[in-house]
Amino acid sequence: RKMEKQSVGGVGSGDGSALPGVPNRNNKPRALAISIPRQASGDAETDSPTGSHVEWCKQLIAATISSQMLSVTPDAASRDCKVGHTALREGTKQVQMDEVPLVPGETVKAVAKDVMYICPFTGLVTGTLTCTDYKLYFISLERDSPFILDVNLGAISRLETISVQSHGENTQGLEMVCKDMRSPRFAYKTEGASQTEIVEVLTKHAFPLSNDLPLFAFQYKEEFPVDGWKVYDPMAEYKRLGLPNESWTISKMNGMYEVCDTYPALLVIPTSIKEDELKRVVAFRARHRIPVLSWIHPESQATIVRSSQPLVGPSDRRCKEDERYLQTIMDANAQSHKLAVFDARQSSVADTNKAKDGGYESESFYPNVELNFLEIPNIHVMRESLRKLKEVVYPTINEAHWHSVVDLTHWLEYIRVLLAGAVRIADKLESGKTSVVVHCSDGWDRTAQLTSLAMLMLDGHYRTLRGFQVLLEKEWISFGHKFAARVGHGDNNHANSERSPLFVQFIDCVWQMTRQFPAAFEFNELFLITILDHLYSCLFGTFLYNSEQERNAMEVQTKTVSLWSYINSQPDDFTNPFYVDYEHHVLYPLASIRHLELWTSYYVRWNPRMRPQMPVHQNLKELLFLRAELERKVEELQREAASSRGSLSSSSEHTSSPSYSGGTPLHTTV
Amino acid sequence: MLSSLGSGGGKTAKPSFVSYVTPEEIKSEKEPYKKENQPDLLPGEVVFCSACPVLKYSQDDMSQRGVFGTLLCTNFRVSFVSDEVQVEETCKLFKNKLYGENDIPLACVDNIYGGYEDKKKLITGGLLKNKYPSKIIVHCKDLRVFQFSLTYSKEEDAKKIFQGIVHHCLEPKSLRCVYAFSYCENTTSPEMQRKERTMLFDCLEDWTQDMKRTKGNCRLVTENSSFELSQKLPQFFIVPLNVTDEDLVKFQGNGLPMWCWSHHSGCALFKTASLPLSQEDNVPQTYMEKMLTAVAHNHLYSVKTEDLSDTLPTIQDIQLSYNKFKQFFLIDNTTEFWMSDMKWFSSLENCGWLDMIRQCLLKAVEVVECLEKENTNVLIMEESGSDLCCVISSLVQLMLDPHYRTLLGFQSLVQKEWVAGGHAFLDRSNQLHLKEKVESQSPVFLLFLECVWQLHQQHGPAFQFSETYLTVLSDSVHVPVFATFLFNNDSHRANVLRAESPSSQRGPLNCPSVWDWSVQFDCRAQDLFTNPLYAQKTKQDRSQRKSHRPKHQRQLSLPSSAFKTPTKKGFFKDEADSLKKILGVKRISRWMLSPSSDFPPMSSIKEFYETWQAKPLDYHGMLLPCLDGPSIRVWMQRYLRWIHDVQILGGGPVAVLSKVSELLAEVQELRSELDRHARTVTSNHRGAIRTRAKTAPENLARSSVRLSSSFPFVTSRNWSFKPAIPTSMLQSLMMSEVAGDLASREDDGSEPETVV
Repeated sequence: RKMEKQSVGGVGSGDGSALPGVPNRNNKPRALAISIPRQASGDAETDSPTGSHVEWCKQLIAATISSQMLSVTPDAASRDCKVGHTALREGTKQVQMDEVPLVPGETVKAVAKDVMYICPFTGLVTGTLTCTDYKLYFISLERDSPFILDVNLGAISRLETISVQSHGENTQGLEMVCKDMRSPRFAYKTEGASQTEIVEVLTKHAFPLSNDLPLFAFQYKEEFPVDGWKVYDPMAEYKRLGLPNESWTISKMNGMYEVCDTYPALLVIPTSIKEDELKRVVAFRARHRIPVLSWIHPESQATIVRSSQPLVGPSDRRCKEDERYLQTIMDANAQSHKLAVFDARQSSVADTNKAKDGGYESESFYPNVELNFLEIPNIHVMRESLRKLKEVVYPTINEAHWHSVVDLTHWLEYIRVLLAGAVRIADKLESGKTSVVVHCSDGWDRTAQLTSLAMLMLDGHYRTLRGFQVLLEKEWISFGHKFAARVGHGDNNHANSERSPLFVQFIDCVWQMTRQFPAAFEFNELFLITILDHLYSCLFGTFLYNSEQERNAMEVQTKTVSLWSYINSQPDDFTNPFYVDYEHHVLYPLASIRHLELWTSYYVRWNPRMRPQMPVHQNLKELLFLRAELERKVEELQREAASSRGSLSSSSEHTSSPSYSGGTPLHTTV
Repeated sequence: MLSSLGSGGGKTAKPSFVSYVTPEEIKSEKEPYKKENQPDLLPGEVVFCSACPVLKYSQDDMSQRGVFGTLLCTNFRVSFVSDEVQVEETCKLFKNKLYGENDIPLACVDNIYGGYEDKKKLITGGLLKNKYPSKIIVHCKDLRVFQFSLTYSKEEDAKKIFQGIVHHCLEPKSLRCVYAFSYCENTTSPEMQRKERTMLFDCLEDWTQDMKRTKGNCRLVTENSSFELSQKLPQFFIVPLNVTDEDLVKFQGNGLPMWCWSHHSGCALFKTASLPLSQEDNVPQTYMEKMLTAVAHNHLYSVKTEDLSDTLPTIQDIQLSYNKFKQFFLIDNTTEFWMSDMKWFSSLENCGWLDMIRQCLLKAVEVVECLEKENTNVLIMEESGSDLCCVISSLVQLMLDPHYRTLLGFQSLVQKEWVAGGHAFLDRSNQLHLKEKVESQSPVFLLFLECVWQLHQQHGPAFQFSETYLTVLSDSVHVPVFATFLFNNDSHRANVLRAESPSSQRGPLNCPSVWDWSVQFDCRAQDLFTNPLYAQKTKQDRSQRKSHRPKHQRQLSLPSSAFKTPTKKGFFKDEADSLKKILGVKRISRWMLSPSSDFPPMSSIKEFYETWQAKPLDYHGMLLPCLDGPSIRVWMQRYLRWIHDVQILGGGPVAVLSKVSELLAEVQELRSELDRHARTVTSNHRGAIRTRAKTAPENLARSSVRLSSSFPFVTSRNWSFKPAIPTSMLQSLMMSEVAGDLASREDDGSEPETVV
């Protein structure tokens, strides 16, 4: 082992520019990824505590070997220029300090000088505030290094004037309460016209839908080499699952969304169901969300089926067709003579729902059905929990009582309940070889969380970079998780009780799984954080609107860009270097509080003290690079030996030139 | 629920090696097993008593199932030998040569409980005759939990084994009864190789070398080599140059500033046992002032002092807190586990253990700031001078000196600060169970290891040793074989080893050091002690550092205080005398008034940390820990490794480490291939080598899928691949309590609600 390690240094010392040693200053990931003016502007961003977080996330995670190389090879740098340019907020790097970096299609709406940013971490700083139709951009040059803060307008939940008398007379304060766990505060003089104007402009563009303006996604004019809208093709995905088969058919009955307006056009339903029977089932399920197949086990043929609650009502209504429908689902799986219904709700709440014409499948009416309640609280409880969590982590962390204050938010407790529920579902399929039906009330919140988590545990494909995109497109986007309502895109009604961070909670669960299985996922933490940032940003069309029908009506696919276009144009940044394909291994995360952790690099990322300095991944990337370098040397020697001309000395000259630019395969398959 | 092994995991279900029998089954058999099994005894090990058959409950479920075998008590351990054919030990990579998975070294026994029908009672020695419980529950200091049923063996045997275990594990005994002495008399431990070795600081050269390495300029005291000066002082030690011979003997070593480490700027860290100062008696105060002046003279006439007992917990606090903390991991069954999972965060906070770790790290950072930023000499003190002083001084050195982050460096540090430094290991562990020593029992060394682990998990690549190494070290404290942890100080060790020597000609008894890891583990297991992520200093780095050493060091250090600017050196020489007076006197008088007002305030510490954090991280430079709430964590590997319910199958840090190891192996292979090519440029045998390079690491990676988060301590082979599912009834109780009226609302409730 010792020898190997020395070898790490060996190559580095052979050629200073190719691979700097580990603790080398130049090797800091901050200088990576982004191409042109590297040095001066590079420091700017990282030193400002709330500067572009993508940048520091990159430091944190995505210091890929290939991008390291890009920063030293001229030709590669120019190639990267395109991606770098398009890379959203990192674009800041390429412009002069006094210029606001803009994404294509973005226009400056107002500028105000001498605005004070009340930084909770480093104190007051005065600079220029710019408002565009996409973001708020603050820059101050009064410190040693430029201080930059930028906030996507989409992340703003509400704007509030605050009292800032301590900062002088005639001073007005503005607090932007954001959905992404921060609340930046500004102070400005009321006599300045431009200052007052910018607040007006901000109020207008932060909530475009409330002001009859389009969402920015429709103005964004970036072109990516990859088209993210092609990531999810339902037919292809069902085919991958081995569908249709003799028991299941891919139905087009919802082609015009006439059966259920919140479901996708293509649905997988039991083959033997007749049309008139189906009509009864449609009528018996809340919002017509009938039981449809989400996933099928490749061996046992046990299935995950999702739906909404049955409309049982206070008088215990029955629907023969619905009962038969579930029976058919059970029969489609020869391995088990049971069907497990997982009702995500708390049993008491499910009972209350009966009074409101909802309910659950009674075991006495549905033969061979076993009913389980997963006891997960509703969207209001979750919203309240995240709100409490924000109080605990922003702007300051309660040090002495950290554990008890986190405990009081119950956020991790709910994560635990969700994971535990998903583990039960996955186990029922895997060990019990039994098909499951999952529902909550409407089947678009907790149901989506549970089915997609269970699928992530059961199917290694969803743990890849592309596979996870498919999972989101399918279980969340196409099956009508009400993103617009839950996030409140472009809407100023911050108190709307439909808002709830259910998707954030799901991504947190995924992150917990990646923590427990650090080598089982092809994507990295930056990928998850990027998804959450663009859940709010309104830059991409991916998470806009409530259903496939609405998205079609708004022509989202033709008029906006997909988040996956951006991601898949630079997959290296989002790839986990430790990834090992676990193939068909089922992953059961531990739903024990002892193994759950607060996702500090997302929730507490605005606090500069919580930023890790050097990713551990860095080491591995260096090793990967070293391996590639050695492989290349060996090959070159090979070639030269074959031509029986080359001498060893000349070949080593070749190898030390930094011409390497191809990507190393970042993962291996077992 | 969890014990239904049969249905487990479909394709992943493997035949389990241990067959389980229920008590009912065994009763129906005609005759219980008669034959008694014996473990392979170690040299000098003697069996005291045994009983058979005894049922050992399997840990991982709450049913009454288990394995039958023989329970023995020897002078080294409590041992259970299964009647079943042993799991082929070859598959166990990480096997301790001294004790197996069913052995408990006597010193490792923490508490014994007796199970009487449904009640569980703590056994405290002083037994009632003729009474014995039906069940013995043993909680170990390495956090294992064993449960044995005595109901199947003969009453007499059961009584004997119970009383034997209680007697040998809980009742007072003399030091010479500790197994180490019979072990050492019956083995000849080979001398540790002197070439690349851990410095034991039991000889002059080690001290000279360490002072030379850190460029310290202090006085090496050799006058105590036969403990003429004091029994409390180490054989060799280092004091400031200005300490006179007379000063050395004044208060039996109390108040004497002992050198720990020199900073590259010239200032140094000293520690001392504090002198009781009183109003009436002026002598100690004058002496203390003299000592402080001596420390101040070491560098730039400035000194800061810190009485650790002012701000850090006492050893009793530490013991109390740890006693609460460890209970969360000594889990008897699954139900208990999931119950305690509910209260995890609040329990964690109430016991205060993590906060103690934070306080120690914070204090160390304060000292680091004085040395690094202000280049001031620091003298830390406490009553004993060998408890928290050891914690803080070793942490400071770990943070400032990358040498101590290597494996050998770390071991040398423990030798220097703890073993030679006179930490009373015997009293702190109280493994002799002396009534008068109960108060002095405290896991101070473990607290230090906890702090090291925090640094390790925050800055992994800076350490050459692994997390597993730290865990094993924390276990080894309770293996009564090593001289390292068996004594209270240098003279105690020397006296006992001389007295116990079989013959005076052969010199003192040769007791192995814990650093001789081959006593416990073979080479392959020892491989797990090194951290594959360690960022070894490259050759390039080293040469760089050598060539422009002074410049480089300034880069490393933070902006230093005013009077350390090199341009003013001349000024110092000229006016040294007057300045000396001003600075020296001022500092000391301040210390006399209020001990810790001199120390950097909290805001300064924060700034110090943030300035450091803003710079590029150098794994071979200064390391500071982040102390914010979420950053101080629980040492999962140490505390959760034995609890079946929290094993992440196929996950845990090992998944990452095996990936790195795999890559390292590949790189190694490629390099040797390059070498081969260099030698035989013309011959072409590449193909053969390439295939080998590919297959070996792939197997490694594949195996990580089957490892669990408790690797390497528990192998998951005989576990079913079933998920742990928390009991849901508890959840609902919890939830309804918590959620209040929000929970009963409709998901798409139309009534608007104010979000504050």
